[in-house]
Amino acid sequence: MATYATDHTHDDAHDHKPQGFLDRWVFSTNHKDIGTLYLVFSFTMFVIGGAMSGVIRLELFQPGLQWVNPEFFNQMTTMHALVMIFGGVMPAFVGLANWMIPLQIGAPDMALPRMNNWSFWLLPFAFTLLLLTLFIPGGGPAGGWTLYPPLSLQGGYSVAFVIFAIHIMGISSIMGAINIIATILNLRAPGMDLLKMPLFTWTWLITAFLLIAVMPVLAGAVTMLLTDKFFATSFFNAAGGGDPVMFQHIFWFFGHPEVYIMILPAFGIVSEIIPTFSRKPLFGYQAMVYATASIAFLSFIVWAHHMFTVGMPLGGQLYFMYATMLIAIPTGVKVFNWVTTLWRGSISFETPMLWALAFVILFTIGGFSGLMLAIVPADYQYHDTYFVVAHFHYVLVTGALFSIIAAVYYWWPKWTGRMYSEFWGKFHFWWSVFFVNVLFFPQHFLGLAGMPRRIPDYNVAFADFNMISSIGALGMLITPFMMFAILYHSLKKGERAQQVSWEGAKGLEWTVPSPAPHHTFTTPPRIAPGMLAHGDVTH
Amino acid sequence: MMVMNRIATFTAAVLAALIALPAVAANPQPWQLNMTPGVTTTAQSAYSMHMIMLWICVAIGAIVFGAMAVAMIRFRRSNGAVPDTSLVHSTKLEIVWTVVPVLILVGMAWPATTALINAADTRNAEMTVKITGYQWKWRYQILDYKGLSQPVNFVSSLHLDSNKARQGIIDPAQVQVDGVNTYLLDVDRALVLPTNTKIRFVITADDVIHAWWVPALGWKQDAIPGFINEAWTDIREPGVYRGQCAELCGKDHGFMPIVVRAVPRAEFEQELVRLGGTVPGVEAIAQAAAPVAPTPTPDNG
Repeated sequence: MATYATDHTHDDAHDHKPQGFLDRWVFSTNHKDIGTLYLVFSFTMFVIGGAMSGVIRLELFQPGLQWVNPEFFNQMTTMHALVMIFGGVMPAFVGLANWMIPLQIGAPDMALPRMNNWSFWLLPFAFTLLLLTLFIPGGGPAGGWTLYPPLSLQGGYSVAFVIFAIHIMGISSIMGAINIIATILNLRAPGMDLLKMPLFTWTWLITAFLLIAVMPVLAGAVTMLLTDKFFATSFFNAAGGGDPVMFQHIFWFFGHPEVYIMILPAFGIVSEIIPTFSRKPLFGYQAMVYATASIAFLSFIVWAHHMFTVGMPLGGQLYFMYATMLIAIPTGVKVFNWVTTLWRGSISFETPMLWALAFVILFTIGGFSGLMLAIVPADYQYHDTYFVVAHFHYVLVTGALFSIIAAVYYWWPKWTGRMYSEFWGKFHFWWSVFFVNVLFFPQHFLGLAGMPRRIPDYNVAFADFNMISSIGALGMLITPFMMFAILYHSLKKGERAQQVSWEGAKGLEWTVPSPAPHHTFTTPPRIAPGMLAHGDVTH
Repeated sequence: MMVMNRIATFTAAVLAALIALPAVAANPQPWQLNMTPGVTTTAQSAYSMHMIMLWICVAIGAIVFGAMAVAMIRFRRSNGAVPDTSLVHSTKLEIVWTVVPVLILVGMAWPATTALINAADTRNAEMTVKITGYQWKWRYQILDYKGLSQPVNFVSSLHLDSNKARQGIIDPAQVQVDGVNTYLLDVDRALVLPTNTKIRFVITADDVIHAWWVPALGWKQDAIPGFINEAWTDIREPGVYRGQCAELCGKDHGFMPIVVRAVPRAEFEQELVRLGGTVPGVEAIAQAAAPVAPTPTPDNG
């Protein structure tokens, strides 16, 4: 490993970075720089989407309408979801994929670097269109991020803006996914067999297939909305012979795989971090890969569990209930394998590990409520209440977002060559893990007591837990700035990072210097025994 | 003082939740932690499925998180733990933690299936109520009940006091009926239904999708323009049960509550007559109010 690394320190000396700002960042075709662009974009969107949730929790702080009117409240819930899903979580994972996949498989760059540039640069335009709707007459979309007709068609011009924004995001995602698949299937270093790939790369390979499969479905659904709204078609209009429930079927055929698009890469990240800080290879590597593939397959055949109250026939409800329950099995396999990875390890609790462990616990709690939601007779009560809101925030915030934060702390030394302050990283963690639970746990109680979601005001009986939840939101709203300060400080004053920044870290990304030079693996690495985290897998 | 009161009500609510008194629990309580068993078969089975699932999840959680905690304590590097790098794979374990969850899931699916089949059976109903959702109110039509000659038909929307409170004219905390806060959970005209009667609902909407939900009845059903959905209930205990629209339907989605007042059948028949229907064998008594268009009554308790 040592001789190999010298090659690259040598590379570092003449590190052909483009010099001008435009050349470096706007015309970039470098996977690392594009990865950085994605991550910076996603951070910005998390702050904007977070501000919207701030408006929501402010209005819900106490009963009565104090701050915003119900129309604007509905715009906030709709936009918060669209911004967080399409602007926050998805670009963050694509950014991590850009940075890490070539480094993990020993590739010089992404397979299609110019397309990579375009995939990224579509996003700022898509989100400008989306966010602009808040400033046009009639305001932004207010029918919920699920855009159910007929309600969503009651919107004004914003309908067209949102649909075009979704089209552009979809094109961006599909191109990103094609790029990832092309890279993984073609540019692996000799000896990096599929079943030796790191789990993060594996989960992204599977995620990319999900993206290619479902983004066109969403594009089709919203295009039909567009023609219903502006060209007098009646795809979803019962009065014209159409079917409003069909939209829900098409939307959730996209929407359920979308849920896994936002969680499979998180599984990959956690499967990288836990072995590192347990100083022990991932337990059941192949089972983890197969479990990921099973979840991806199941994600296509469970969509109508979002629609148990639309009036499906009994047989349909039973089928979707059983199929949904099945997802618990591969997901359980993953959790059990993580726990067994910890077993008889030598565990230390650096910041990335803390976030990863919190992920396992809190994501599992979100999984439990998901299993409860699968049970149709109980779902008749849970559906469209705060119980659902609590459920998907546990899987998306303490699931997807926590894993993204874990990944940033984990690979930060490799990206920047600097360590961050371990004290403040841990402070950030404990602060977040406290407030995120204050924010979302009471929402389970609210839902069970009967509070519907997407309402700007509520009965006085719901006041106490709403107030607690809003206090939690205030605590969480500080965290992006906290993280920014920690990382900025690290960039300026942080200690120099070692090539292998974490004692137990394995994999090709740790065979290049820190910071990773602008170009890495210009010649494919020769993989030595013991270099890979899963190198001993034989097949 | 406020804080002390809240702590006291919290403690009381926790105790109430543990004892689960159905009569008290019909409407949301401050500090309510759990679902209530409701007053119908469907609500009871939703509640039992919920509790079964909850306890199974708690048990699995205790095992998984317990194992994690043990690992994190015993195998800390700061305790001098040495990694056992040979512990990387076990087909036996993978099979165990695939098969055992399958068995648990089958155990869950069984009662859930039974409950669902029962909930879907709208046959042999003794009366039919048609519910139509509008932005932002509900129309109720009682279509048939023991040879009812003429359907009873009325619209139910947000109660005036709640409407004033949401505009800031009065304090939401002051909107009360019989000492219970009814802010956003009260209507001008409640739907009066008989107890111990299998009632079939046909549910639709006239503009956008709504959902009709009274938690104490144990289900919600989407009201979709162009579709007619079915549901049924059989309310065991007289009382006032409150709910809300549960599908986002525009700006006043949070302001179209539902109130069901369940009364014994004799009283219900009187109510039908009062609302302009004629039921064979039921004489109108005490017709103080105008028979065809009764004035909105704030009294729902």
